[in-house]
Amino acid sequence: MSTATTSETRPSTSYTPAADSLGAVLASGEQPSRPSALSASVTFGWRAMLKIKHVPEQLFDVTAFPIMMTLMFTYLFGGALAGSTGDYLQFLLPGILVMSVVMITMYTGVGVNTDIEKGVFDRFRTLPIWRPAALVGAVLGDVFRYAMASTVILVLGLILGFRPGGGLAGVLTAVLLLMAFSFAFSWIWTMFGLLLRTEKSVMGVSMLVLFPMTFLSNVFVNPETMPGWLQAFVDVNPIAHLVAAVRGLMEGNPEAGEITWTLVSGGVILAVFGTLTMRLYNRK
Amino acid sequence: MTESTDLAIETSGLVKVFGKTRAVDGVDLAVPAGTVYGVLGPNGAGKTTAVKMLATLLRPDGGEARVFGHDVLREADAVRSRVSLTGQYASIDDDLTGMENLVLLGRLLGHRKPAARDRAARLLDAFGLSDAADRSVKGYSGGMRRRIDIAASIIKTPDVLFLDEPTTGLDPRSRNQVWDIVRIIVAQGTTVMLTTQYLDEADHLASRIAVIDQGKVIAEGTPGELKASVGAGSIHVRLRDANQRADAQRVMARALGGEVQLDADPVALTARISGDESDAGAADRAATALAELAGARITVDDFSLGQPSLDEVFLALTDHPTEQEAAA
Repeated sequence: MSTATTSETRPSTSYTPAADSLGAVLASGEQPSRPSALSASVTFGWRAMLKIKHVPEQLFDVTAFPIMMTLMFTYLFGGALAGSTGDYLQFLLPGILVMSVVMITMYTGVGVNTDIEKGVFDRFRTLPIWRPAALVGAVLGDVFRYAMASTVILVLGLILGFRPGGGLAGVLTAVLLLMAFSFAFSWIWTMFGLLLRTEKSVMGVSMLVLFPMTFLSNVFVNPETMPGWLQAFVDVNPIAHLVAAVRGLMEGNPEAGEITWTLVSGGVILAVFGTLTMRLYNRK
Repeated sequence: MTESTDLAIETSGLVKVFGKTRAVDGVDLAVPAGTVYGVLGPNGAGKTTAVKMLATLLRPDGGEARVFGHDVLREADAVRSRVSLTGQYASIDDDLTGMENLVLLGRLLGHRKPAARDRAARLLDAFGLSDAADRSVKGYSGGMRRRIDIAASIIKTPDVLFLDEPTTGLDPRSRNQVWDIVRIIVAQGTTVMLTTQYLDEADHLASRIAVIDQGKVIAEGTPGELKASVGAGSIHVRLRDANQRADAQRVMARALGGEVQLDADPVALTARISGDESDAGAADRAATALAELAGARITVDDFSLGQPSLDEVFLALTDHPTEQEAAA
């Protein structure tokens, strides 16, 4: 092993592997104990935070997008549907909050798909850790993004004149419920992220599912004005129940039935799509 | 070759099927611990698929594979705790810095944050990446990228390191750096399984080589054994006059009893010296050929003797050229 004698100064080319320093690191490779499931998941969550730090542009979807949605629909429909934008905001804000956050969940699938594409997941899959950790951590990172989007919308709503009757406690409980449901809902997209071959197809499928699920609901209007068949869909649409639950909590009259519906449907979604996701993850 | 009692990797009848393609079609391997084992083959031969099964990334469709006695299917976690993988598909996160990537993996291997940071810093230093530690991996050069990939694989010193085509696409100097790194890692007791389509790479690094083609092992042995199975070597001749080349080809073919190739250079020819019954050495037989060229009044300006290249080994074993040769 000769030392580099060229005039090259760039580290990439003037580097000469040295047996002593590299050997010393290898020899000192003491074997740490396997991390717990929680610790591994939190570490993957930390990775998601680092990615936000390095690519802050990706926060556009949790800042600009919710602001646009809230302003657009408040002023577009407010006058026509509720007589005034102020009154409509009171009705719309919990709904638009749910809609924005649920829409953002699709980026979970895109992120998973990108990680597979780049080969990052294959390295994680060769580690002796709790298998779901990489995905749980990614979704935890996404929950942080959902919280950011919720904050942005709530602050904007308060500025525009939204006054929640449920007070701080009602709003916080509503947001927690929304976070919990979105965490469960995200596993639909991790499954598609693993299943579909390209980022574009993940986006395409997400749109196909999310548009009807969010628009065909009680987000914008009272479902009583809809034709019967559509009301039947809204009745079983978990997003509609989530909106009703969030709206109730924020208004100060929590509806136990809607909250239960939301928690149960979230649990079912998590169980079904979480299992499918892990099956695909292990097979891939 | 004395068989080592310790086998790092052992496979029998390993099979992986994708649709109608038998990507790996009954592979038997026995890799002695503490050595570099080369898996050589062209693109699409099944090298990567085989490595992915050994690293628990793919489930075998048939046969068995063990890493230090642990079955890759039934004891996947035990295998995962002993192996590490570097390949173009098992990558690191290029949004993160080199330091962050190594700390992340160190944490996932169970190091506490200070220990993970310490080890990351020492690895970055040993790999000449300290200056780039806080830059996104996205901006690394090809050689740096490959080094950080290898560094990420030895955060916990693995018992078996899979290097899947570690020098593909690297310039010669970066390639030599990777070779040096591999030698240091093996000297510390890690078993390395290296796949490559560069025949000289396997020749330089590996103590045993398996040649894989279309999912099957078509030859296995030390580099020397593989060469011996093909021929004793070759003689390369440069003539003064290009017009005499056809005559020279005839003379040499008769003298050496084998095929004589015309090189791109219009005055040059290369002949393989095949092994034969007579115990004449390769150099003696080359001398005979040169004497016959002189007897036929063909002027030879220069000649050299070469060991058979692994390209020739591959050609002789598969009856079809490697992709590099086909493209040339």
